[in-house]
Amino acid sequence: MTSRDVVVNLSHDTERRMAELVSLAGEFASRIHLSGQDKRINAKSIMGVMTLVSYSGDTITVTADGTDETEAVEAIADFFAC
Amino acid sequence: MPTTNLNQEATVANLCERMNMDNLTPEIEISTRKIPTYSLNRPSLQLTGFFKGFAGGRIQLIGYAEQVYLDTLEKPVIIERFEKIASYDEIPCIIFTRGYHPCDGIMEICRAHQLPVLVSPLSTSETISEMTRWLRVVLAPRTTIHGVLVDVYGEGVLITGDSGIGKSEAALELVKRGHRLVSDDVVEIRKVSDETLVGLAPEMTRDFIELRGIGIINVRAMFGFEAVKQSQNIDMIVNLEEYKKEKKFDRLGLEDNYKEILGNKIRIHNIPIRPGRNIAIIVESAAVNNRAKKMGYSAPEEFFKRVNAEMKM
Repeated sequence: MTSRDVVVNLSHDTERRMAELVSLAGEFASRIHLSGQDKRINAKSIMGVMTLVSYSGDTITVTADGTDETEAVEAIADFFAC
Repeated sequence: MPTTNLNQEATVANLCERMNMDNLTPEIEISTRKIPTYSLNRPSLQLTGFFKGFAGGRIQLIGYAEQVYLDTLEKPVIIERFEKIASYDEIPCIIFTRGYHPCDGIMEICRAHQLPVLVSPLSTSETISEMTRWLRVVLAPRTTIHGVLVDVYGEGVLITGDSGIGKSEAALELVKRGHRLVSDDVVEIRKVSDETLVGLAPEMTRDFIELRGIGIINVRAMFGFEAVKQSQNIDMIVNLEEYKKEKKFDRLGLEDNYKEILGNKIRIHNIPIRPGRNIAIIVESAAVNNRAKKMGYSAPEEFFKRVNAEMKM
């Protein structure tokens, strides 16, 4: 299991970025979760990622579990960094 | 009585509105004032001047007995005791039941300490029970789960399984067969008691289903209000798994398996999935079977009774 804290950055082009995030997560075999205060969201689910909007600007934890977990966490962190 | 909105926060303002109480201190901000616990305190002992063990972080409720006692006290004594009560600055609010309006001295103290004063029109025990019930629901421990919640014949069925296994498709077919969707993909779960878990959709995704290859569809717009539901008790879990030869699946249904969510045990069925299997019908049957079990009927038990009867002959 690998995890890292990231700041949610979905303020521009929100819908497209959410869809991108889901397909990016879908490229990995690992289970990827994004967790905030009282939520744990499956990063491969568009509906889950939609609820991320309420965390915009907040810090959440990306957790991946599986064979490519390090790459997965890195990719998601990079996604939020730009 | 208004229905309980599960998304409400336990603030003094929401409590005041929910209980139809009069706010005697409208100048004090109550919409951000949180109530930390559903337990409350009737400060009878404190009114007599005994403050050891005082639960000063809870709502203080002045009921009939306390009101009768207050009326026997001299004004300086009342002032002294309330001054002491109000000095505990973690009290969310103070409530007088039966429409009792406190004297000016008490009001002055509460205003000075920024302590909201509410008046409930109900009797003391009605106020306590209704308030506790509401607070237990809005303060319930909560979590979110990746899955789909559908009301099938009145049974709340939580369908779980890995991404892409067909949970949403199963939900859509169940809706087409006349059942109701509560939430797709993300289910917020509240533990309202040791027996009961309530599931609902996050406001953002309510009524929506995502179908791979088609996108997001609105179930309420497509199938009407009869196809959706706001919240539902969770009675059972159907976990969809890819069929694997080496994995053993339940063949008889004699033993119940459970999964723990927020400390409550929920009956779970692991269903192997292969292309072409009609998941909706399996979920329907599992729901009816669960209802039958609750009503005291168990098909495998009857089956074994027959087997045993046959053997004795």
